[in-house]
Amino acid sequence: MKRHLLDATDLDRADATLVLDTAAQIEQALAGREVKKLPTLRGRTVVNLFYEDSTRTRISFELAAKRLSADVINFSAKGSSVSKGESLKDTALTLEAMGADAVVIRHAASGAPHRLASWVKGSVVNAGDGTHEHPTQALLDAYTVRQRLGRLEGVRVTIVGDVLHSRVARSNVGLLHTLGAEVTLVAPPTLLPVGVGSWPAEVTYDLDAVLPKSDVVMMLRVQAERMNASFFPSAREYSRRYGLDGRRMAALPDDAIVMHPGPMNRGMEIAADVADSVRSTIVEQVANGVSTRMAVLYLLLGGSPA
Amino acid sequence: MARTSEPARSPVPGSAPSTLLAAADVARVVDRMAHQLIERAATADPGSADGGLPDLVLVGIPTRGAPLARRLAARIEAFTGTRVDVGTADITLYRDDLRLRGVRALEPTVLPDAGIDGRLVVLVDDVLFSGRSVRAALDALRDLGRPRSVQLAVLVDRGHRELPIRADFVGKNVPTSRSQQVKVHLAEIDGVDEVVVLDGEP
Repeated sequence: MKRHLLDATDLDRADATLVLDTAAQIEQALAGREVKKLPTLRGRTVVNLFYEDSTRTRISFELAAKRLSADVINFSAKGSSVSKGESLKDTALTLEAMGADAVVIRHAASGAPHRLASWVKGSVVNAGDGTHEHPTQALLDAYTVRQRLGRLEGVRVTIVGDVLHSRVARSNVGLLHTLGAEVTLVAPPTLLPVGVGSWPAEVTYDLDAVLPKSDVVMMLRVQAERMNASFFPSAREYSRRYGLDGRRMAALPDDAIVMHPGPMNRGMEIAADVADSVRSTIVEQVANGVSTRMAVLYLLLGGSPA
Repeated sequence: MARTSEPARSPVPGSAPSTLLAAADVARVVDRMAHQLIERAATADPGSADGGLPDLVLVGIPTRGAPLARRLAARIEAFTGTRVDVGTADITLYRDDLRLRGVRALEPTVLPDAGIDGRLVVLVDDVLFSGRSVRAALDALRDLGRPRSVQLAVLVDRGHRELPIRADFVGKNVPTSRSQQVKVHLAEIDGVDEVVVLDGEP
């Protein structure tokens, strides 16, 4: 493995498979235990550097690091020196001086983790940067698919919704392609990024046509905070054309699963009965996030000299 | 000491790999260790009709301790007709030398359904060297449950301990120099049963 995890595409097939296998062993080793804690990263320090609010990702990383016995420092931009005007570089140098072995960074600017990686000696893990990448989300999604369907090779994954703003979609397309899955993107034309034609994925506007051929349907959140232009006429129309309801779910093959990275807008991109159905993996995805992030921290930090 | 079908040559520095135990010797050593385990379990629990064996759990340390534990259990069953629980405990996440040696792929940890609480756990490994693997295994066991007591069985004890750890059951004691390597090959993993000594650090 490389020293940092910045993009899902940093991982070749062997590395990605190693992360998934390691996560599986960790999950299995901790299942049913009273003491869900391993001494692996004792004495190491992991800093969660969150410039954007994200409770679930931060808690997931925090729990992963704590279960490996690392010391965790949570740093949120709000109420810190960032609001006094401190630059990312100065913050990074401060953390470096305090001896952080790994920095988990969430930032609204695409590419911030790459810049950070050039300034610090420790490992950098991208926990979501702007509209660019969210590699650990892609890893936990791949892990969930493999757990439910038993394989990734040849699995047909349909990703539906706001691909333009979605780092989850971008990371998933890259990683799933690396792992041999076939990805189809479904979105309104206004929510597809320029250059999507060069991605290793099919693109279509017609959700109903691809559902019968999908093993996995991954619904993306409609990001109200990024809807700063008229990307679609109305929420109702979006929901009718691109929302997953019970009727659409019935068109799926019998063993197909429904995924969502959370948080959900129930009734918008996903109907409540779909989100709560047995096909939905939304709760498993959260649990798998901890195992997957433990695997990533172990593989990045376990071997590097202090 | 087990007689060898080939005379065991003492390893000479600079020589080719020398065989300490050939396949027949490995089988004989495993049989002898199985007998010792049966005897010890019976001594520990003299009142019980089956010699305390149901209390016994063999826990192999991956990679090669795991098949060794299964073999010992199979031999104990063959000798006494009593089934013995077998598990494996991966200790990688408990090692204190991860920073020095780098990460490695994890192996499964599988314990018997009945768990290890209150039972006699025998850790099984192929080579006993510094004792650090065993210490990691003891740490792992502490998280997995609370055995009544823990013993250690190794196929080869090569000396050079760095911790105060001693095996209860030893297949073969092999005096070595630190620069040598002792390799245990087992049919389940390597296609052949043998123990060889190689010169030079890995």
